[in-house]
Amino acid sequence: MANIPHDATNTAPPAELGEMELYHPKSWWTKYVFSQDAKIIAIQYAVTALAIGFVALVLSWLIRLQLGFPNTFTFIDAERYYQFITMHGMIMVVYLLTALFLGGFGNYLIPLMVGARDMVFPYANMLSYWIYLLAVLVLVASFFVPGGPTGAGWTLYPPQAITSGTPGDEGGIILMLVSLILFIIGFTMGGLNYTVTVLQARTRGMTLMRMPLTVWGIFVATIMALLAFPALFVAAVMMLFDKLLGTSFFMPTLVEFGEQLSYGGGSPILFQHLFWFFGHPEVYIVALPAFGIVSDLISTHARRNIFGYRMMVWAIVIIGALSFVVWAHHMYVSGMHPYFGFWFATTTLIIAVPTAIKVYNWVLTLWRADIHFTTPMLFALGFIVTFVNGGLSGLFLGNVVVDVPLSDTMFVVAHFHMVMGIAPILVIYGAIYHWYPKVTGRMLSEALGKFHFWVTFVGAYLIFFPMHYVGLMGAPRRYFETSDIMVLPDSAITLNAFMSIAAFVVGFAQMVFIFNVVWSLKNGKEAGGNPWRATTLEWQTPKTPPEHGNWGKELPIVYRWAYDYSVPGAPEDFVPQNQPAAATQGAPS
Amino acid sequence: MSAILIFLTVLALGAGWWLSRQGLTVKPWLQVDHAGTVADPGPSRHSPAQLGLGLFLAVVGSLFALLISAYIIRAEAGDWRGFPLPWIVWANTLTLLAASLALEWARSAAQRGALAVARTGVIAGSGAALLFVTGQLVAWASLTESGYDISSGPAGSFFYLMTAAHGLHVVGGIFALGRTLGHIRRADQDNLGWQERKEQAGLVRISVDLAATYWLFMLFVWVVLLLVLSGWAGAFLALCGQILSGSGLT
Repeated sequence: MANIPHDATNTAPPAELGEMELYHPKSWWTKYVFSQDAKIIAIQYAVTALAIGFVALVLSWLIRLQLGFPNTFTFIDAERYYQFITMHGMIMVVYLLTALFLGGFGNYLIPLMVGARDMVFPYANMLSYWIYLLAVLVLVASFFVPGGPTGAGWTLYPPQAITSGTPGDEGGIILMLVSLILFIIGFTMGGLNYTVTVLQARTRGMTLMRMPLTVWGIFVATIMALLAFPALFVAAVMMLFDKLLGTSFFMPTLVEFGEQLSYGGGSPILFQHLFWFFGHPEVYIVALPAFGIVSDLISTHARRNIFGYRMMVWAIVIIGALSFVVWAHHMYVSGMHPYFGFWFATTTLIIAVPTAIKVYNWVLTLWRADIHFTTPMLFALGFIVTFVNGGLSGLFLGNVVVDVPLSDTMFVVAHFHMVMGIAPILVIYGAIYHWYPKVTGRMLSEALGKFHFWVTFVGAYLIFFPMHYVGLMGAPRRYFETSDIMVLPDSAITLNAFMSIAAFVVGFAQMVFIFNVVWSLKNGKEAGGNPWRATTLEWQTPKTPPEHGNWGKELPIVYRWAYDYSVPGAPEDFVPQNQPAAATQGAPS
Repeated sequence: MSAILIFLTVLALGAGWWLSRQGLTVKPWLQVDHAGTVADPGPSRHSPAQLGLGLFLAVVGSLFALLISAYIIRAEAGDWRGFPLPWIVWANTLTLLAASLALEWARSAAQRGALAVARTGVIAGSGAALLFVTGQLVAWASLTESGYDISSGPAGSFFYLMTAAHGLHVVGGIFALGRTLGHIRRADQDNLGWQERKEQAGLVRISVDLAATYWLFMLFVWVVLLLVLSGWAGAFLALCGQILSGSGLT
């Protein structure tokens, strides 16, 4: 059973909290390694996620080497190519984006932004990270087993995922499935923490409608993840049973080398249903925290209250709910009843409505605002543009008649990289530039940051914009080699080489980012407590970086919403959430 | 995927009802409080652990709803054939019911502070739970003996998979009962001061309450699984379908 937390028995704990009630680390190990402090856990999550993310970045270079210059690099054979694309996709979607948004930003920002001292179940929170790390290590181990990691494609569709002929069909696929199961167990522990903390550990005055949109985004995404990940869990367990115990949940009757396998009657489509029942909400599990963070970045750096706060909250909740009834739009070519296709196309297009509301509200927030083109702001603006681009091609693909000819082409690859690759990554960078001063007490270099932004942003378009055209020409995805098929014109081949070169340049810019993060730890400009002059609670901590327990002796009390920027008549252009109404407007009785 | 969609619809209705009471239509930009006027909303009705358990059970519920969804989809395939449910699972249902009843008894005892009764209830519950797990293992053994192993047919595969998933949750619950007993033991020491005794009694109350809720849920899940695995749920739905079509509604 969960342990009883220190300070969350009331929705608004007493302003003064006895020091006895906080967990106190007794040694260096329990303070910095096996820490129960959400801030340390957040940094552990973030560093692990970025580290494994860089493995996936290197894999993408190897993929681009083959696509841009086929038959040049002999160490990339078909088998390795499939392993690279599989691991690149899985790492980026699950182990980087999900873990970084929820485990990283969720852990750091939720307690600080709602005015809590820590997560409500600190021990489970610690366990969550260590199980995540174990999941990552199991995943990495699959690179070193005989046969290498699985090359089944990131969707791991059976029957090919576990039959011979697919790379990594022995150890690789088993470790992949075990790693996913571990990840889900670890995430569930963290996810329960984030949800209960938001629901019960908010400080006095922090009503739901005063929460920053970052917290709203992470909160709804966490609930979605808690309910969606079991689908992947069930799929992974059932596939493990098929692989190891000879059941036929997913495996149809198969003949291999003239011999009939022991499988029979299983349904590969069942796996697709389970996978996408997780897979589609996953898109929004990544997108909703990004939406929330971007709202806060834009508001802060444009010195303007967010336009349509209530609409933003409702849109987050509605998107979260709708995203559970669109999953089969990933399966239009699996042979479904036309009425089903019609239903899923309709729900898919309906999601565009709340999403568009959010985009309009961001733009209206910027309208005639005092925009400061800081690095976080540049990344936030880059996100809006990229998300709109990727979202629009999603409207095409959401329609069955358009999707069927485009399915399995590079157009789809370009679409999802824009909408759930580049767009959320831009937000992650923006958020790191924005909150790094709070985490470390020092600013990241703005000059390096702007260099990083422009190369990444322009470079990403140079990679993925042409990819749409290559896809429209009919270039298939998941093909190791297309030049022998001779369906592609020379211009497409040239474009492929161009995209690859752009990918190497963008990758190089990420090294600049890493250098900036490490270099600024010691040499960055002193940040002070609130360098962006922001209103939300995390910028009002007595110490920067915040100490264990976040607040001094007294918890902050919240008097206003999170977006009081440029309030007419106020002495400064921002009013922190913990500042009461001016006494001149009528003193309290 | 009907089972999981029905389950999530129920959750969504609950969440929607809760959200409708959270003042999501207020205009927060108009509401600025003065110093000293922010009301203390008072203690929450549920402790974080109770809320956490509720959310966890929603996750577990979606896990089993997904398994049932998979069962329904897989059962449409041509190779699906019946599967003899061992008689002992019905007896096991009774032991799980007994475990749940014992914990309900312990819950009411803990509420009124009767530690000794609560302890008896928790021990009885643990014993019945162990008996349940043993009974499930016997069911597996008898099936394997009569030639129905995990890979001999899809219905059997689902039986093993679902009972294993449920059994693991039950085993986890037994460990949690051990912790509950630990709480009771600490609260029952003679050398405690008045304040400390009160705190420990509060811990016991929550701990037993969590345990009883968890076991009630495990019982519910098991009954649903049993109805699905025995085919009664399918037969019932088919009957409903006949009645509806007979009345011209479909």
